[in-house]
Order: sequence, then C-alpha cells, then structure tokens
Amino acid sequence: MKTSKVLFVAAAFVLLALWPLMAGQYGVDLVTKIMVFVIFALSLELLVGSTGLVCFGQAAFFGIGAYATVLLTPQDGAPSLLWLLPACVLAAALYALLVGALSLRTKGVYFIMVTLAFAQMAYYVVHDTPLGGGTDGIYLMAKPVLGTLLDLDKPQAFYGFTLACLVGVFGFLTLLLRSRFGRALAGIRVNEQRMRATGFSTYPYKLAAFVISGGIAGLAGFLFAVKDGFVNPELISWHLSGEVLIMIILGGLGHLRGALIGAFAFALLQEFFKSEAIFGEFAKHWHLGLGLSIIASVALLPRGLVGVPEQVITRLRGRSGRVRDDSVVEVPHG
Amino acid sequence: MAESDVLLRGLEITRRWGGLLALNKVSLDLQRGTVHAVIGTNGAGKSTLINILSGEIPPSSGQVELLGQDVTSWSQPRRARAGLGRSYQRNTIYPSFTVLENCRLAAQAMVQKPWIWWSDAQRCSASMDSARASASRAGLDNLLDREAGLLSHGQKRQLEIAMCLATKPQVLLLDEPLAGMGAEETERMLTLLAELKASHAILLVEHDMDAVFRIADCITVMVNGAVIACGTPDFVRNSPEVRVAYLGEH
Repeated sequence: MKTSKVLFVAAAFVLLALWPLMAGQYGVDLVTKIMVFVIFALSLELLVGSTGLVCFGQAAFFGIGAYATVLLTPQDGAPSLLWLLPACVLAAALYALLVGALSLRTKGVYFIMVTLAFAQMAYYVVHDTPLGGGTDGIYLMAKPVLGTLLDLDKPQAFYGFTLACLVGVFGFLTLLLRSRFGRALAGIRVNEQRMRATGFSTYPYKLAAFVISGGIAGLAGFLFAVKDGFVNPELISWHLSGEVLIMIILGGLGHLRGALIGAFAFALLQEFFKSEAIFGEFAKHWHLGLGLSIIASVALLPRGLVGVPEQVITRLRGRSGRVRDDSVVEVPHG
Repeated sequence: MAESDVLLRGLEITRRWGGLLALNKVSLDLQRGTVHAVIGTNGAGKSTLINILSGEIPPSSGQVELLGQDVTSWSQPRRARAGLGRSYQRNTIYPSFTVLENCRLAAQAMVQKPWIWWSDAQRCSASMDSARASASRAGLDNLLDREAGLLSHGQKRQLEIAMCLATKPQVLLLDEPLAGMGAEETERMLTLLAELKASHAILLVEHDMDAVFRIADCITVMVNGAVIACGTPDFVRNSPEVRVAYLGEH
C-alpha cells in the first residue's frame, strides 16, 4: 500500500510535467489554475486533515497573498520574484498568526465561526476601501521576473514554476507530517487532552500549523494573482473557503494526495457541468450538477476519492465472503 | 519514611463548581515506593482530585507540590514534563497508531524539538528507545506493530500504562486502571503496579476493593468531597467512620 501511494504521486507529477507537451493553450491554462488550487487545498489539508482544525476562513490567506502581490508590485517595471514571493507568503502568514492566536482559544463550531469572521473582515477591507479597488478589483502592473532566467509572463514558464511550487509544497508537507512536529499534530487531532497530559503544550503546535498553512495559502494566492494578472474580492469570499473545504473532503481527509485528487476532481467536475458542448442550454445551471455530484460523492464515498480502491477491495471481498456463507447455508437444503 | 521521599503533595485542595463543593480541603502525600489508593463512592471527588493534581483543572484554593516545588500555577503539560504521569478512566490511546507509535509519541514529549521538520519521527532514537522500554515494561513486547485499536480491552489498559511510563515520570496518577478487566488481566496489572511501586509514587483511584486492599500501602477514603479516613489498609478496614459511610453500619 505504501509503495502504491508513492507510485501514484510520482506518476501524477510526471504526468503534470509532460502535460504541456500534450495539451494546447487551453489545457495548459486550466491545469495551471488547478495546480494553484491544489497548493491551496494542501494548505487547508494541513489544518483540517492533519491537525483536526476545521478552518472556514482559508480564503483570507489566499486572498491576502494575491492582494499583496498586486499591491506590492511597483508601478514601474517588473519586480523580482526573489523578494515579492517571500513578501506575499509572509503577509499571509502574519495574518494567519493573528487569526490563529485568537481563534485557537476557541474550539469546535466556535473555531469555525471565528475563522469565518476573520476572513469576512479581510473581505470587507478590500471590498469597501480604496486600498482594495472595491468590487472591481485591481490589475497587476507587471508580472514578476527572476533576472533573465524566468519570465512568468510566458504561460509555459509559469506552468513550470507553478508545478515546481506544487512539488515543493507537497514534498515539504510530506516530510513535515512524518517529523516529530507532524506526529504531534496527528496526536492533537486524535486526542488533544491526552497530548497535554503527556507533556505537549498543544497551543504553540496548533498556532505553528496555522501559520504554516496560512503561508502556503498565501503562496497559492500569489500564483493565482500572477496567473490572472488581476485580483478581486471574490478571492477572499467565504464561497472560496467553502470550495477548498469541499475539495479536500471530496479527495479524502487525512491524506496529502486527497488534496491533489480533490482539487482536480472538483475543477474537472466544474468544467464538465459548465460545458455547453455536453449540456447545451442546461450548462448555465452548472451549479446544480456540481452540487448533486458532490452530495452523491459524500454519501457514497465516506473516505473520499482516496478511499475508493480500498472500498472496492472491501466490497469484492465482502461479496466473495457472502458467497461462501450462502453455500454453507445451502448445504443442508441440498 | 523520609520527608524527601514525598514526591507529590496536595495541601488543603478545595474545588467548587458553582454552589457545589466538590473537594473540601483535601490533603494527601504521595511517597516514593508506595501505592496510595483513593477510594470513595461515585461523586466523592476522586476524579476531580486527579484532575487538579495533574493540572487539568485549577483548584479553587489549596496548593499542589511536585518534588518539593509549588506547581499550583503550572500548566498540565509543564507538570507532565516535570515528572507527573497520569492515565485516564476511559481509554485515551490513539487507535489508528501502532502500539509502538503510541508509546513513541508519548515519549516524544520529553524530546519534542518540533523544528526538526525534515527528519522522520521514527528516526528519533531517544523516543524510540523509551517507547520500546516502556512497552516492554507493560508487557506489550509482542504487540509493538499491532494497531492499538485492535488490542483487547486489557491490553489497551496496559498500553495506557506504557504510554504513561514512556515519559519517565516519577509520580503516576492512575484513574481506575483495572476497570473492566478480567481476573487474569487484573492479576497481571497488579503485578505490574507492584513492580512500578519501587521506583514511583503511585496514586490509585480504583473501585475494585479486593485489589485496593491487596496492593495499597495507604488508603484515603473520601465521601462528598472530604477525606473521612486516611491510613493503612488495616486502619481503614477497622475505622468506624468508614464502616458507617461505606457499609451503612450504625
């Protein structure tokens, strides 16, 4: 099972690396967007799936990363990636520090509501002030560069850069979750009280997870802003916080590859139901199709898409087991 | 016994829940090399006492001393790192982890270093060593790779103790370690407690009176949040107050 997971992830990344050779402009653009969402989903997976903290304001960190990108870009000439990217990650992480420091004093449904409230605060800051450009959002003056080495204005280069970020984040989180820090987070998810009784001060652990998660979401926001060259308040709205939560639930909580699978599944379902070629007139009601398919998947796949192979195996074993039982029952009748 | 062997001391601990007096000026000493049992009817305040001693809830008044230091204002994690281990009445193991990982995670509390994010926790030899040692001590040698959720009830209780031992505590607060155990499992646990007694101070909250009178060196009897008797098993057995409170004799 362990090897099959590694193989799956490796195959997925190889496929992503080869994708620009196979796909046209539209395909590259779509997968770039999805990879940004995978990074975003991974940031939330660290909180929800690994630590057991259901954050319903993750879009705040994503949006702050995106807005920071646009606001920090100077009017004249392209900024260097070397300072702009860390600055955007830092901005999101700092807001996460503030939100985490306060919200982690609450638990359960209160935690969910407090994180939502902080995200809505950020939303109204960009929505209703001159700083954020209001409902219309703001355009990015110039896309960042890395000397002459990398120009993110070119779609192929941006695709490669996004993939590199994704691999980096995935690798970082894989190591992090195996480390002592990650094991402590897993312990906190299962039984925080016991962790405290054992000698772990759990609050700093949860806060650190929150800040790391916020920083990664900020990275995703940065990539999103650079990709579209444009930001608007929708990036901080609670709809997006909800969507990313659906992505990781769809994919399967508690697994990093769940975020990968979930983000792809969600985006592809969305594309599918939006497609006029398939649904014609009905395509404008794509929310309905998407909603119904999500309800169906949650009802039928309690462990998400990640759990499908195991579920199939159990089903097959169960069936063969029942066959044996039947034969035992039938012997006396025969 | 010498004064320095008192590892944990509760001084006039009082706890109110609104108008209810859950603990009324309870004092007790835990000495190294002894099992100190606390018995009493349901609602007598035994669990509240353990919760206050371990730092899970603060007392309304009174003082807790650990190894001669006043730790009343210390958080529970800090007390745990200073040598105070506790087990819970309900199983609080991590069911999806292996037995070894349950113990290793507990042992990790003493060597946390969360900033070493690149290194696999399994490669932390300090926590691995104490995990193996504590699992072995609790008699779980052959089950290290078993998923903890699949253990029998008695084995889960053993694992609770192993996790407690993994942090190398000097004081053990055990909340009904024998609850729900069969006769054979009870024997094994009592043997283990008798072994642990030599190097630890043990507070035992337990409903199994046969076991308590067999293993305890000292028994504190509580009724409605107050101590009504404290002494050797013989003293307690013959105490008129205990007979009235417990057996309804007049």
